[in-house]
Amino acid sequence: MTTITTSPAIKKAPSASPRARALRRFRRNRLAVAGAAVLGAVVLVTLLAPLIAGHPPNTVDLYAIRQGPSGAHWFGTDSSGRDVFARTLYAGRVSLLVGLTAALAAITVGTLLGAVSGLFGGWADHVIMRAADIVMSFPTVVVILVLAGIVGPSMTVLIAAIGLTQWPVAGRVVRGVTLSLRDREYIHAAEAAGANAWWLIRKHIVPAALPPVTVTGTLAVAQAIMLETTASFLGLGVRPPQASWGNMLNEAQNLTLIQTMPWLWIPPGVAIAVTVLAVNFVGDGLRDAVTPAGQGGGR
Amino acid sequence: MAAYVIRRVLANVLVFLLISVGIFVLVRLAPGDPVRMMVDPEQMRGGGAAFIEAKRHELGLDRPIFVQYGHWLSGALHGDLGYSYVGHRPVGAVLGERVGPTLQLMGAALAVALVVSVALGVAAAVRRNTAVDYGATVLGLAAVSVPPFFLGIVGIYVFSLQLGVLPSAGMTTPGGGGLVDQLRHLVLPGLILAFVTAGPFTRYVRGGLVDELGAEYVRTAEAKGASPARVVLRHALRNSLIPLITVVMYQIPQMLAGAVVIEQVFAWPGMGQLAVSSIGQHDYPVIVGFALYVAVLVLVCNLVADVLYAAVDPRVSLR
Amino acid sequence: MKAPHRKAAPPPRERPGNGPLLEIEDLVVDFATDDGAVRAVDGAGYAVMPGETLGVVGESGSGKSVTALSALGLIKPPGRVVSGRVVFDGTDLRTLPPRELRRLRGGRIAMIFQDPMTALNPVMSIGAQLREALRLHRPGMSRAAARKRAAELLTLVGVPGAERRLRQYPHEFSGGMRQRAMIAMAIANDPDLLIADEPTTALDVTVQAQVLDLLRLTRRETGAATVLITHDLGVVAELADRVVVMYAGRVVEHGPVAEIFGAPRHPYTRGLLESLPRLDGDADELTPIPGTPPAPGEAAPGCPFAPRCALARDRCRTERPELAPTGPGRASACHFHHELAEEKTA
Repeated sequence: MTTITTSPAIKKAPSASPRARALRRFRRNRLAVAGAAVLGAVVLVTLLAPLIAGHPPNTVDLYAIRQGPSGAHWFGTDSSGRDVFARTLYAGRVSLLVGLTAALAAITVGTLLGAVSGLFGGWADHVIMRAADIVMSFPTVVVILVLAGIVGPSMTVLIAAIGLTQWPVAGRVVRGVTLSLRDREYIHAAEAAGANAWWLIRKHIVPAALPPVTVTGTLAVAQAIMLETTASFLGLGVRPPQASWGNMLNEAQNLTLIQTMPWLWIPPGVAIAVTVLAVNFVGDGLRDAVTPAGQGGGR
Repeated sequence: MAAYVIRRVLANVLVFLLISVGIFVLVRLAPGDPVRMMVDPEQMRGGGAAFIEAKRHELGLDRPIFVQYGHWLSGALHGDLGYSYVGHRPVGAVLGERVGPTLQLMGAALAVALVVSVALGVAAAVRRNTAVDYGATVLGLAAVSVPPFFLGIVGIYVFSLQLGVLPSAGMTTPGGGGLVDQLRHLVLPGLILAFVTAGPFTRYVRGGLVDELGAEYVRTAEAKGASPARVVLRHALRNSLIPLITVVMYQIPQMLAGAVVIEQVFAWPGMGQLAVSSIGQHDYPVIVGFALYVAVLVLVCNLVADVLYAAVDPRVSLR
Repeated sequence: MKAPHRKAAPPPRERPGNGPLLEIEDLVVDFATDDGAVRAVDGAGYAVMPGETLGVVGESGSGKSVTALSALGLIKPPGRVVSGRVVFDGTDLRTLPPRELRRLRGGRIAMIFQDPMTALNPVMSIGAQLREALRLHRPGMSRAAARKRAAELLTLVGVPGAERRLRQYPHEFSGGMRQRAMIAMAIANDPDLLIADEPTTALDVTVQAQVLDLLRLTRRETGAATVLITHDLGVVAELADRVVVMYAGRVVEHGPVAEIFGAPRHPYTRGLLESLPRLDGDADELTPIPGTPPAPGEAAPGCPFAPRCALARDRCRTERPELAPTGPGRASACHFHHELAEEKTA
């Protein structure tokens, strides 16, 4: 063929490391930066709850029930005289902890299954990916509902249910990364040198999958907080008297309380919305930062 | 086409069997005597321990676990899901009367969500990086970030309690009725479920359309002299809506999760509310029936998604 | 920055006597990236005479496609035409209102894209896409008439069984058949100018020859001037009357094909020709040009080809050469083009 033979790929413009580029892209995303700031504030405030709250979260004070916001009780008190501000802060610890643990469980399961799927291919791959499809199409809230309904509600059931239903996203991501790595020479070299699957996963797949898994992990935290609060709202998650943002709203389920004591339900509701929104903004920003420009339009 | 559908059906039947095994195991884990779950309470009333043992034998509960599973499954497939502990009625009947209200809520919400999300997604994709686009992004994120039960309480507080313009509970006013009354009851729960659903849809529409607008056939259409509106609506949108069919079918079971919560807030007499109250009352047969129902719904939606996708996209060959 | 409204080009197709049909002047196109704007086209320009075939050659990234796309106003964000003039039949397309521009696109100026797989809409039948091309420019045309004409066009470009083929979708066509359908779409409205962007690159070698034959046929049928963008010098030699050689967003040499290929006056052109496999030689004896083109945006003060040029000296690295005539109807952007001429005669 009579074609021009010298057309190698155009050299990339000089640039910093991928990590630095991603960080720069993230910092340019105002929503993501705002989300990170808000999230940092929420985490800080809940961690410092014992110093800030001013009241213990679970102490009943029958002389101070159903009081509106005041200097002594910033967010008022509930029907048992417990301080709503203190409960909101301590509830945040529970909601964030459950969210984080459950998301971690989900991406751990997802990473392992995804890596196995990508490394071994064939039969294992087929089964795992088909399972991922099915698990993903089941509404998690319903799974929690049925599990909690039969086994009984608890934080463990909650975390297990979220971990078992939210892994497919991370699983697919890690499978993709694994497949793209599998064709690289150094993996062949490692395999030839007798590396086993576990070693490959730890040394090659996990580091390579870390950026995209961080993205899915962040979004999974948002999802897990939503699921925890939803389950607790339905009375199927964190059990009273321990406060979680969800079960605080559970207590505000009759019209009289909604009408006369808005300080009961506004703080936890706003806390959930603000926190989850912040996590989602951060996750979105991370995704756009990690995905090279032009590929960010997709789903 | 027929062969393809049959294959998909068989695959889904296999999955359903696996899920039913899981549910069966849960049933056996559940506290309570299986005999109580399966026998008409009217008969149970008179019988003592001997009667229960006789029934246990009759139901095959003293047979191997595989046989028991077969019995249970074939019963479930024939609509025999046992008896509710609370209402003392067959679970099938109890669930059956709750299906309508849930479908009504979900159907209305789905319709609104589709219209809004396609319009908003197209606007955002066409006017990328403008106020419209950022607005759609923020709304889309808000829809998955603000819990629907909180929205529900806010809605009740504002529109029912403060303004007094919309009802806060139920499907109709007791004793009242009429279409307008029903629609007024539908507004708050329907719109909140629609909002929650439209969030992800909008992101899919926008993302899909942005991808398609970058495709080469779009440039071809422009090179032919097609107007921007025609390029977007006739060419790019058509391509981007094909994957949306799958997304919508997969999202319908997820909507059920939203419906569970919203029915709870608005005392909507649907399946979700039934399931939540059944858990409170430890009404295991109903919970199991609900689980089976959801499993069937999920699998049917998956199946419809596959078949519809194949029917709409000329590239998919049905083999 | 709206320009004053202009009248549409006159509908009757009287060809201007001597003037060029399309003239691109000093075109500058930037592409926005994360690292700032990258200059894809840096002052390129050329003229196309009515009825002639102009070959535009260059490596990928030389700006040859982008330059041609500007003739249809098809540079879209992140791309941006910074400056320059694109004059078609006396009208500056850059100042033309969008509606008028759309009348030209697919009407008097038509385009054939590189990859007919991705350039055709996958979910519209071939017939629907052909009819669309027709009816966009003939609002009065009935569906039936459009269908009939579409079948004729498909037959004309050598797709057998046109009636049946019209109902099929692009994925049911082979690569060559798809490109034929693409060409049918392009000639649907009897254009004056046909821009073919690497029309054979994505095709099998055997099919390439057939499509080239078809392009030759359509040129005869329509009398359209053709801009043939390619990196295949063989295609240019076969089809083109004149050739424009582009490098790093600029035109480095242009002139009649026979003269340029026979006696190149730019080291880059010469390098391209030397890198061709000879009919009598082995593929091993290729002499590719050493090095790679500068990355877009890597601006250097001198000649962009200097780092790869065997003849380069100090002046090349400091002073940018402009296009200068090297004979009747030809020009080269090399400070030392006369040395190439002497070398040849020596």
